[in-house]
Amino acid sequence: MTKTKDALRQRELTINMGPQHPATHGVLRLVLEIDGETVIKCTPYVGYLHRGTEKLCENRTYLSAMPLMDRLDYISSMANDVGYCVAVERLLGIEPPERAKFIRTMMCEMTRISSHILWLGTHALDIGAMTVFLYSFREREWIMDLFEMVCGARLTVSFPRIGGIRNDVSQEFLDSLYKFAEEFPSRIIEYETLIDQNRIWLQRTKGIGVISAEEAVNWGFTGPTLRGSGVDYDVRKYMPYDAYEQVDFDVPVGKEGDVYDRYRCRMEEMRQSVRIIKQCIEKLPKGPIMTPDAPKFTLPPKDKVLKDMEAMIHHFVMLTKGPLTAPVGEIYSSTEVPKGELGFYIVSDGSGRPYRMRLRSPSFVHVSALPRLCVGSLVADVIANIGTIDVVLGECDR
Amino acid sequence: MNPLSIAQTIQDKFPKEVKEIVEFRKQVSVIIQRDRAKEILAFLYFNKDFNFDYLVDLCGVDYMGQKKPRFEVVYNLFSMKHRHFFRVRVEVDEDTQDAPDNLSVDTVTDIWRGADWHERECFDLFGIRFKGHPDLRRILMPEDWEGYPLRKDYPLKSDLGDMEWQEYKDLIEFSEKAKQYEVR
Repeated sequence: MTKTKDALRQRELTINMGPQHPATHGVLRLVLEIDGETVIKCTPYVGYLHRGTEKLCENRTYLSAMPLMDRLDYISSMANDVGYCVAVERLLGIEPPERAKFIRTMMCEMTRISSHILWLGTHALDIGAMTVFLYSFREREWIMDLFEMVCGARLTVSFPRIGGIRNDVSQEFLDSLYKFAEEFPSRIIEYETLIDQNRIWLQRTKGIGVISAEEAVNWGFTGPTLRGSGVDYDVRKYMPYDAYEQVDFDVPVGKEGDVYDRYRCRMEEMRQSVRIIKQCIEKLPKGPIMTPDAPKFTLPPKDKVLKDMEAMIHHFVMLTKGPLTAPVGEIYSSTEVPKGELGFYIVSDGSGRPYRMRLRSPSFVHVSALPRLCVGSLVADVIANIGTIDVVLGECDR
Repeated sequence: MNPLSIAQTIQDKFPKEVKEIVEFRKQVSVIIQRDRAKEILAFLYFNKDFNFDYLVDLCGVDYMGQKKPRFEVVYNLFSMKHRHFFRVRVEVDEDTQDAPDNLSVDTVTDIWRGADWHERECFDLFGIRFKGHPDLRRILMPEDWEGYPLRKDYPLKSDLGDMEWQEYKDLIEFSEKAKQYEVR
């Protein structure tokens, strides 16, 4: 009799989810303690992708730290690069020319669309809607082709430069981008037809992972993850950089703070991105792409380097020693990347290398709040919660 | 609110603790001593005129050989309501034999929940301890790692010898052993 009782005894179970798990979007490991189907404790473990980016940056010049930024959030590398350039420009006190600003803004918004599309596809796949994944990758490929057209690379672009951009865009590119911007809203409607009113989708997302506005701010949420809770915090509006002051756009906010509202926020954001891209193309001014009034900090134009001795020497010094006259001081600068607020805290000691470079990555903060979102919900909702905070572990572990 | 006037208010309220007010590129930061750091941060959070409800970032900086209290813990704060930004730098000194508790700060996890992992990271990479933190473990580096990588006296790349990470040493040893079974 006692034996049967023992066999039927209920106990909590500890299960290990990840680091190799298709739904964790990288190498995130969660240790879950579950009671039946309910999660009672959740401990995230990160660091599997830690490459010491901060330490590496301290040992590189400002220019040569750029490729490291591509590898942070590898699906929205353009936005990381722009964020880094804006931070260093603010430290050095230089301004890129208008044309470069508009092109960068355009690129940032293209990145936002491509990142959100990838998020939508994988998030829907995790929850069980396979078809969206196939549709969304069709458009992502389109954007990747556009990136390839402008800078030759698809993922790790390294396109912006301190004080401007690497090369000018062609009219052909602008035309294809405009065509994309015209076409894309109809594709968003296509995705929405698939899932927006889908009963399974609604049941899996409504009322899951609810977090209130105050709590989300207290946890340090940013980006669409925060705006889903109804806070209109957007770095593009609060601390504008590049050409965001000169274009019109709205910041969509949710109400409930659940997975569904965050999904709605991201969908609306894609529409706003399209709006920004169109305005950028229409308003794109003519002019230089590298700032001419700060020659000590920026690379000379490539055609000049090949003809002019002075420019050649300047180019060589810039690439080997870096901008030698960086002022002594410290600066915090942040930009709105698709995942949230990407911040750079740079301490400069007056040399060509940053004395301390700190990266504030949105994914790191969002993963830290996973226990708050998951505890008390079902195991299946853990997957929905990982999807909704939109983590990229390359950025989280740095 | 103008960040300089915020700094002034803090200096008026805590004249002993505030060491310096620094302004660079329109960003203002106050350098304060460690002992009442948490009180000042709580004041910034709870005061209605400041209302710094969002801890943007928390990180450590190592000023080895540059200035005397070697470390700094930097708090970047933002207020959603008033839309102002402010920075607090807390000076922390190295541990010595007379004062083994030097390299520690009071935790702010009970004010901002988001500080949790930032503090763990700061502990992991700089060795700064946060008193009262609920779960102070290494986060980015392996649990059995020795040393604090972001300190300035930690080499970027070198042969660490005996200091090498144990698991890596095991791996090297294993591959040495496996060589004898190689087919030539």
